[in-house]
Amino acid sequence: MSMNNQGRPTSAGNAGNTSELATISGDRGLHHEERLIFEIGRAGMTGVDLPESQVTDARLGGMRRRGEIGLPGLSEPEVIRHYVRLSRMNYAIDAGLYPLGSCTMKHNPRLNEKMARLPGFGDLHPLAPRSTTQGALALISELMRWLTTLTGMPAVAMSPKAGAHGELCGLLAIRAAIEARGEKRPRILVPESAHGTNPATAALAGFTVDQVPAKPNGHVDAEALKVKLGPDVAGIMLTNPNTCGLFEPDIIAMAEAVHKAGGYFYCDGANFNAIAGRVRPGDLGIDAMHINLHKTFSTPHGGGGPGAGPVVLSERLAPFAPLPLLVADKDGFRLVEDRAELPAGAKPFGRMSAFHGQMGMFVRALAYMLSHGRDGVRQASEDAVLSANYILASLKDIMSAPFGDGPCMHEALFDDTFLEGTGVTTLDFAKAMIDEGYHPMTMYFPLVVHGAMLIEPTESESKESLDRFITVLRGLAEDAKAGRKARFDGAPHFAPRRRLDETAAARKPVLRWRRETMPEAAE
Amino acid sequence: MSELRFTDQHEWVRLDGDEATIGITRYAAESLGDVVFVELPAKGRTVGAGAQAAVVESVKAASEVYAPVGGEVTAANAALEAEPAKVNADPEGEGWFFKVKMSDKAAFGKLMDEAAYKEFVKGL
Amino acid sequence: MRYLPLTPDDRKSMLAKIGAPDMDALFRDVPRAAVVPLSVFDLPDTQGELAVDRALTKIAARNVAAGAAPFFCGAGAYRHHVPSAVDHLIQRSEFLTSYTPYQPEIAQGTLQTLFEFQTQVALLTGMEVANASLYDGSTATAEAVLMAQRVTRRPKAILSGGLHPHYAETVETVAALSGVVTRAPVTPGKAEDIAALIDDETACVVVQSPDVFGLIRNLRPIAQAAHAKGALLIAVVTEAVSLGLLESPGAQGADIVACEGQSIGNGLNFGGPYVGLFAAREKFLRQMPGRLCGETADADGQRGFVLTLSTREQHIRREKATSNICTNSGLCALAFTIHLSLLGEEGLTRLARLNHARACELADRLARVPGVQVITDSFFNEFTLKLPRPAAPLVDALAAKGVIAGVPASRLLPHEASARDLLIVAVTETTTDEDFDALEAALKGALS
Repeated sequence: MSMNNQGRPTSAGNAGNTSELATISGDRGLHHEERLIFEIGRAGMTGVDLPESQVTDARLGGMRRRGEIGLPGLSEPEVIRHYVRLSRMNYAIDAGLYPLGSCTMKHNPRLNEKMARLPGFGDLHPLAPRSTTQGALALISELMRWLTTLTGMPAVAMSPKAGAHGELCGLLAIRAAIEARGEKRPRILVPESAHGTNPATAALAGFTVDQVPAKPNGHVDAEALKVKLGPDVAGIMLTNPNTCGLFEPDIIAMAEAVHKAGGYFYCDGANFNAIAGRVRPGDLGIDAMHINLHKTFSTPHGGGGPGAGPVVLSERLAPFAPLPLLVADKDGFRLVEDRAELPAGAKPFGRMSAFHGQMGMFVRALAYMLSHGRDGVRQASEDAVLSANYILASLKDIMSAPFGDGPCMHEALFDDTFLEGTGVTTLDFAKAMIDEGYHPMTMYFPLVVHGAMLIEPTESESKESLDRFITVLRGLAEDAKAGRKARFDGAPHFAPRRRLDETAAARKPVLRWRRETMPEAAE
Repeated sequence: MSELRFTDQHEWVRLDGDEATIGITRYAAESLGDVVFVELPAKGRTVGAGAQAAVVESVKAASEVYAPVGGEVTAANAALEAEPAKVNADPEGEGWFFKVKMSDKAAFGKLMDEAAYKEFVKGL
Repeated sequence: MRYLPLTPDDRKSMLAKIGAPDMDALFRDVPRAAVVPLSVFDLPDTQGELAVDRALTKIAARNVAAGAAPFFCGAGAYRHHVPSAVDHLIQRSEFLTSYTPYQPEIAQGTLQTLFEFQTQVALLTGMEVANASLYDGSTATAEAVLMAQRVTRRPKAILSGGLHPHYAETVETVAALSGVVTRAPVTPGKAEDIAALIDDETACVVVQSPDVFGLIRNLRPIAQAAHAKGALLIAVVTEAVSLGLLESPGAQGADIVACEGQSIGNGLNFGGPYVGLFAAREKFLRQMPGRLCGETADADGQRGFVLTLSTREQHIRREKATSNICTNSGLCALAFTIHLSLLGEEGLTRLARLNHARACELADRLARVPGVQVITDSFFNEFTLKLPRPAAPLVDALAAKGVIAGVPASRLLPHEASARDLLIVAVTETTTDEDFDALEAALKGALS
C-alpha cells in the first residue's frame, strides 16, 4: 500500500476533566451555546414582510410544488441573535494574529468593503447593456494593468474564481498551446512540496503527474528536474517562493531548461505576496501564474471564500486565454464572448465560468492596490518577509527550523524535532496555542518536513504583537521540553469546543439536520 | 496449514491452498490512525500483482492498497464497509480486505516472511 | 502607509535581531538580475482613503446600477431585495476575516452555518445531501458532469438546448477532456426531445428548469428515460427563488442538482462572486466534489461540527482527488443561509408567489403590445418575447433612453438564427408598477 505518514489522532481521545462550575443555562458569560435554526424556528413565522399574492396554476406547467420544503420560520431579531452568537465562536484576523502559513491572513481594509458595495459595482448585472457598464469594464481594465505591470507579464485572464480555478485556466492554456503546435505532451512535473491543488489540477486538465523531489535544503532539485524533462513533458508547476517559505535560487535555470525541452512553466502564485513590487515573475521565465487576490491583495477570506484567481500569461500563452476577452475600441470597452468576433491571433481554449470573474473581489483588490501604491506594495512584501525572518530568528534556538540557516521569505518553517521525546506532538502544540488566544499555524504541511509548522505573520502585525507571539511560543516550547505537559494534554481547554471527534464524523457522516433522528444505519 | 507473508508496502498475505487473503499490517494500521473508510475490489475482478486493488482512508490520509499477488478476487470483507474500525482493532485477523484465487504461486514465495518484515519495519 | 504597523526603527531593530545588514540580505536567494527598482512599475504611489474612495466612486458612477433604472435583466443573475440584516451580519469580523474552518474548536460559527446551509440546500432541492458550496452555478454544473462521468464510468454528457449557453461552454471546457459533450438543439419556448438522445454511453443528461428562456421543464420523464439507460439526470437551476414555488428537482427524480444561489442573499456584482449550490443522492456521497461539514461531538460530549470526508479532496488525495477545488464560496453561502433563515418557509413561498404573479402581470401587458409575442407558456419570473425585429439593437436603443429592457437572446446565442428577435425579460419583487409602465411605453414607442 502507499504509506502516508500523516496519521495522527483524530478522535477526541481522553481529554481529562474540565472541572469547571456548571451553569444552569449551559452558557458561560459571553459564550452562548446556540442551537440550529431548525431547532429554534417554527412554522408560520418570517423575518421578511411580503405581500400575499394570488397565483394560479395556469402558467406553471403543472410543476407547482405540492409538499412543504421544511424550512423553519424566525423573526429578524431571532435571526440576528442566532448569527451574532455563532460569529462569536470564530477566530478572526480582526481579533488576533492568524499565522496560517501559505494562507496569508493579512489585514482586510474596510474601505475595500465599502467600495465593493457601491451600487455602480454591487448592483450591476453581468449582462446589462454595454453602454451601462463602461465603469465596471474600466475597473477591470485598470486592475489588469496593475496585475500585468506588477508581474511583468503581457496578458491576464480575469475569469478564474479562485487559485485552483486559476491553475486549471493556466494548464488548459498550456494544453491548448501544445495542441496548436500539433504535439502531444501528457506529462506535468510537480515538486513533492507542492500544494495539493497542483497535482489535482494537472490530473483534471488531463495530464499525468510526475513528482520532482526536494533537496535537503528545501529547494526543488533542479538537476532531478532536468533529468525528467523530455518531449512528452508539457511543463512544470512550481510554487515560488516555495511552500517551505524559500525562494528557488535556480528558478531561471529551471525555466530555461523547461523551455529548451519545449515545455511551459506554470508558477503557483500563492506566495506572490513575498516578492510583489520587488521581483517580476515575467523576468523569471514564467509562462503562467495565478494570483490569489484573497492572499496578496487582501480580499477577505470569508470563512473559506469567495476567492479570485486571475492568471497572468506570457506572450506564448496569451492567445489561448479563455472567453470572455476584454477589448477597447472607439466606443469604449467591450467583452468579446463570441468566437466570430475574436481579436487577431486570439484562440481561446474555452470558458471558465458563466460570467466575467469575481468583480466584487476585483474592486476590493484595486482599492488595496491604489491605497498601497507601488511603494506600499513593495513595503508590504518587505515587511512580511522581515516579520517572518524575525520570528525565525527569535524561535530557531528553542524550536527546530529545518532550513533555518538561511533567511526565509514570508513564512518560517519549523519541524517537530524539538518535540522529540516530550510526548507532545505538533497537533498538541498547535492546540495549546488556541488556549493562549492564537490561531494555530499551518500544520503537517508541506509534506516534505516531519510534523511541519508553517508560520506566516504577514505585514499586518506590529513589533509588539510579534514579540508577544514569540514570547508565548517560547513559553510553550519550554514547557514541552521540561515535561510540563498539562497545558498540552487535551488542549484546547478554553475554546468554545474541546477537540472534536473527526473519526466519528467520517465513519458515520451526518451532513444535515433531519426532523427525526433516523434509526442507525437507516441508509 | 496456512502461510503468512508480507510486502514492503505493508500488506500481508495468508495463503490457504491457492486462495490468498490480503490485508494491511498492524504497523500500517497504526501509522494511518483511525480508519474511517475502506473501498474494496468487486468479486470476480482480476487484479494483477502490484496493481491497486483497494483504498483505505483515515481522517487525514487516503492510501492505495496494492494486490501483492495476482488473481481473481473471490471475496471482499463487506464487514469493513459498516465497521472500518475493525482494521485498527484486528488488522491481521477480522480486518482482512479481500481474497484472491492466486494465478501465480511463485510470486508468493518472493514475499517477506514475518521475521524479515519485522526487520524491515525496524529499519524505517 | 496606514495598513503597515512597523516603524523604521522597528525594522532596524528587527534586522539587527536577525543579523542581517539590510533587506537585500533577506532576499539573497533571488537572482540579482530579477530584482527591479520601483521605477520600472508605471503605477501610482500610496494614497489616502479619501483619495481612493473618490477615484473608485467616480468609476462606479459611470455605470447604471440596476436600481437606478427600470430594469429587467435575468438570464442567470437576478436582482432581489436583500434584507439589511444580511449584509450587516456577513460583515461581522468573525465571519468576514476568518479562514476555512480547519481548526474546528475556534471555528464553530462558520461550521454550524455551513451545516445549516447544507441542510437548507438539501431541503430546497429535494436531495439527500448537499456540499458546503462551489464557486457558482456554472462551475457547479461542470463539476456535476465530471461527477456523473466518475459515477457511471461513461464518457458522454448530453446538454439540453435550454441550458444557459455560458453554462454549456463552461461544461464543455472541462468535461470534453475526460469525455464527450453534445448539445441538443435550441428550441426557444419549447422542450426538446432530449430523452431520444440518451444511449448506453451516456453518463448524464443536463437539463435546466426554468430554462434559459424561462420555460418550466418537466424533469420526470427525462429522469425515467435516463435511469432506464443507466444514466444520471443533472438538474440545473439558475434562479433559486423558483424552488419556493416549483416542484423540487429531487422530487422529479434528479440525481445531482447544480444551482446558482446568487438570488438568495447575494447582489448582482457584475457576475461574481456568486455561490454554487450542489446536492446529490446520498449513495454518490464519496464521489461529490467540494467541502462537506458534518456533525460530531467534542471531548466533553458537546455537539460540534467539523469538515469531514476530506480524503476526497485535493490537499490529501492530490492527483486522485474528486476535484481540484480548494475554496468554496463561504461568505456568499453565509449570506444565502442568513437570507433564507429570515425568509423561512412562509417568506420564501410568499416571495416566489409574488415573483411569479408580477411576471404574469407584465407578460400579459407586453403581450398586448402590437408585434410582441410571449413565447413561453409556462415560466416562473422570467419569460421570453418574440419581437418583430432583432432584439439586441433594440435593447441598446432603449438603454440610451434609460430603460434596461432585458437580455437579448442573441447575446448568449450569437449564431442561433431563432434567437435573433428574442428578448429575455425578468421580473422580481424589486420591479415596480412604474417600471412596468416604462417598459411598456418604451416598447410601444420603439415598435410603432
